[in-house]
Amino acid sequence: MKDRLIVSASPHLHKKESVSRIMWLVVASLIPAGAAGVFIFGTGALWVIILGVVSAIAAEAILQLFTKRKVSVLDGSAVITGLLLAYNLPPKVPFWLPIVGSFFAIAIGKQIFGGLGQNIFNPALVGRVFLMASWPKYMTTFTQPLRAGAGFTNPLNYDAVTSATPLAALKEGKLLEHISYLDLFLGKRGGCIGEVCILALLLGAIFLLIRGYISWHIPTTYILTVGLFTYIFGQKGLFTGDWLFHILSGGLILGAFFMATDYVTSPLTCKGQIFFGVGCGLITAIIRLWGGYPEGASYAILMMNAATPIIDRYTKIRVYGTK
Amino acid sequence: MKRLFNEFLKGIIKENPTFVLLLGLCPTLAVSVTVINGIGMGIAATFVLLGSNIIIAMIKNTIPERVRIPCYIVVIATFVTIAELLMKAYSPALNRALGIYVPLIVVNCIVLGRAEAYASKNSVKNSFLDGLGMGVGFTLALILISSIREFLGAGKLMGQTIIKGFEPAFVLGMPSGALLLIGLLLGFFNVLKNRKT
Repeated sequence: MKDRLIVSASPHLHKKESVSRIMWLVVASLIPAGAAGVFIFGTGALWVIILGVVSAIAAEAILQLFTKRKVSVLDGSAVITGLLLAYNLPPKVPFWLPIVGSFFAIAIGKQIFGGLGQNIFNPALVGRVFLMASWPKYMTTFTQPLRAGAGFTNPLNYDAVTSATPLAALKEGKLLEHISYLDLFLGKRGGCIGEVCILALLLGAIFLLIRGYISWHIPTTYILTVGLFTYIFGQKGLFTGDWLFHILSGGLILGAFFMATDYVTSPLTCKGQIFFGVGCGLITAIIRLWGGYPEGASYAILMMNAATPIIDRYTKIRVYGTK
Repeated sequence: MKRLFNEFLKGIIKENPTFVLLLGLCPTLAVSVTVINGIGMGIAATFVLLGSNIIIAMIKNTIPERVRIPCYIVVIATFVTIAELLMKAYSPALNRALGIYVPLIVVNCIVLGRAEAYASKNSVKNSFLDGLGMGVGFTLALILISSIREFLGAGKLMGQTIIKGFEPAFVLGMPSGALLLIGLLLGFFNVLKNRKT
């Protein structure tokens, strides 16, 4: 009994949570989407994911050794960056693209600011936007799914066939009648590796939501804003837009659940997170409807990342007893 | 003699206009796409700097204090016009490539900054060396930035393809990439400087 009475400073209650535990759980929650991507686009996608993750880890380790900081690659944050970056790439890209992207994401997006917790922008999106601005040809060449199901006009899919993403086709004014909502939901469409299968993404997202690792504020407001905005302004007449199509296509679901909710780069308070989500939604919808690119989720999240400090300043919680 | 030499040398490293004083970033971002453009811009700016520094050091005592900036601008604009006309006559291709940024040397903060901070307080000889040093420093910085940008952003150096099959990163051909690159170079030079002290 005597040795049970320990005198120590608070806190006395400990939870098992740690940064690396949360990071690895987020990695786990991302696996279904990646598996679905590999299933849909073939093993080429798997190589892109592996290269992205391995080079992100390598970049983190090299830079931390180089700057003589503690090497913390095992905390899983570099894995998430590499994974998310790979999920944001088309399935058929040259092998060096995920490597360059991961190095850039870790070096410029994260380590240059001082490592985990210091970065102002989501590193994976920094990498993606850099690749998009540098090699737009590879970043916008999408292939059709290998496994063509009902609804695809081209049944001979032995080799990868390039095709536009639904959003790109929409931007070019093509009709999309042969893609049903179910196809979009299950991921039978051209697109980036990790963004196509909404079902798998939602599985991971629900896991994170139930365990409380992400809150509902950012994803819900983000998706609802995009839906509402595209419903109102999506077509020529007001209130006739195809909102469900806009929610299910592009990188919206991946971005809303896994990238906009990044702890480091999103606001701290619930009110701030709602502002953040609405802002992301507005920018995404505006880029999609009137901007130059077919998809705007990554730019929207990056822009709102930049606005996070000011949102945090104006949504500060009143300290009890002060005015 | 050594003191005079230092006047010249300080513009190249210790007070490099681009990397230490952070002056003249607008033309740096805009024209450093190719090495040729960078050299052309550097030479034009050096010429203007030399001319304006000499003239302003000569007339510094007759310029009324209150209207000194307009006087500087008139002097600088004269030399910019000379430079632009020379460029138009002898290398019209370069002039076309640099475009509006040649006349904009008039408001280049390096030129105006040296006139205000140095030439208006120092002798003609010193001002000449200062202008030369600053101009050379600016040119060297432009050459450094533009060679990295041309190599990574277009896969070339001085218009020659260096590595076959190299896929250039377009972003470095754009001002956003230049801003990123200048930031990285600045950080690199600061690390070097801190290590020395």
